[in-house]
Amino acid sequence: MLQRTPLYETHVAMGGRMVEFAGYELPVQYPTGPTAEHHAVRTAAGLFDIDHMGQFELAGPDVEAFLQGIQVWDIAAMREGDAHYSLLCYEDGTVVDDIFLYKLHNRWLMIVNAANRAKDWAWIEHHLDRFDVALIERSDDLAMLALQGPKAEQILQKLTAYPLHTVATRTAIETWIGGMHVIAGRTGYTGEDGFELYVPIDYVVAFWNQLLEAGKDDGLLACGLAARDSLRFEACMPLYGHELSAQINPLEARLGWTVSWNKPFIGRNALLKVQLEKPAKLLVGLEMVDKAVPREHYAVAVDGAIIGHVTSGMKSPTLGRFLAMAYVPPEYSAPGTRLDVIVRDQPKQAVVVKRPFYKPKYK
Amino acid sequence: MASYKLDQSVKYAKSHEWVRVEDGVAVVGISDYAQDALSDVVYVDLPEVGDTVTAGKQAATVESVKAAEDVNAPVSGEVIEVNSALDDTPEIVNERPYDAWFFKVKPSNLDADLAALLTPAEYDKFVEELE
Repeated sequence: MLQRTPLYETHVAMGGRMVEFAGYELPVQYPTGPTAEHHAVRTAAGLFDIDHMGQFELAGPDVEAFLQGIQVWDIAAMREGDAHYSLLCYEDGTVVDDIFLYKLHNRWLMIVNAANRAKDWAWIEHHLDRFDVALIERSDDLAMLALQGPKAEQILQKLTAYPLHTVATRTAIETWIGGMHVIAGRTGYTGEDGFELYVPIDYVVAFWNQLLEAGKDDGLLACGLAARDSLRFEACMPLYGHELSAQINPLEARLGWTVSWNKPFIGRNALLKVQLEKPAKLLVGLEMVDKAVPREHYAVAVDGAIIGHVTSGMKSPTLGRFLAMAYVPPEYSAPGTRLDVIVRDQPKQAVVVKRPFYKPKYK
Repeated sequence: MASYKLDQSVKYAKSHEWVRVEDGVAVVGISDYAQDALSDVVYVDLPEVGDTVTAGKQAATVESVKAAEDVNAPVSGEVIEVNSALDDTPEIVNERPYDAWFFKVKPSNLDADLAALLTPAEYDKFVEELE
């Protein structure tokens, strides 16, 4: 049985094209179309229903010790209001999930992927063990929206007295916005400035409508999953199930910057070994030399021999280039390396290029 | 499903291509229903001028933000022109599907091929039943 977010009826009324994603019925696009929605986020602002994401709250005397052990980022330096990207890893160093952590007043919020919510919960609970930590499922009482784009701040500011220019990237506040008590993180998954907003679930429809109304003269568009994917793709942000999985470790995924070696965490020993040896594969950016749309699962080949596969690919709406992310052996990972992508049985020329394709524009 | 437009001057294939005969030349594109189902078109892989195409067989590929789909030739014959405007502005397939032709065919078996295709009214009914 597919789940629906509280905004389901709103999406349908707005002409959203509803599709199945991670067990939810969500809009893949509105009548404006994914390309227009994508450009709105790069040049003005876009509003996304991302309530399918899981939200776990953790609190208690041992919460920081526990969190240090189950995820790769060193949270010791995080102050109240800080937010950071991180990973949960298995003992063998592969990835359980990629997460976002918020250190809030007296508690932590962990944002997990919708498709991994049950798996993550079980995995975290399994490791709770002797720790004095309360693990609380908040996914069903907190709704989650993303307001993203260069005009996100000015739109949100119309609904609150809180001076939003004082909220730094990767920090969060708890304040009143549009008459509702909201957690607002200056975070996102688009490569643009913006906010992720956590609202009590009963108020999210009203809040969504207030945001659309506040942004109607600023070019704000409601955006679907297709634009969310193309935006994160250009910024080379990984999507679990594509660039990340239980067969991939953070070093292969070029996420070594998230790994704090100065503390123990699950998977550390295996990752130390990977770091000393050579990773089996590396995530690269590819640009097509021949015109063709590279898509997920397409083979990457050299002289007719398959050496890897595309994890995500598309014609970049912002750059107008045919781009892909793919895993290849390290010897083929240097920018400038010529490879083929097999498109409908035909080898099409591609070249390894630097990532990200689009450099994020944060405040 | 959003409503879709029909063009009374064309005939349709069940695989959602249209063909319009102009001075004995068959002009081929995809229907409004097809472009809407595809979502935003980003690239069209066209045949070469001089290629022989066969009715009901793949002649081109249309790539959208969603997927790559075959475009079949509704009639058999020789490709005599391709629409190079689609290279730089593939979005015209979404904006004006009945103007944004893909390729033109000098038909080799026109009457029989056309007879096998659907009138606008028949195509409308066919699409309705798909829904």
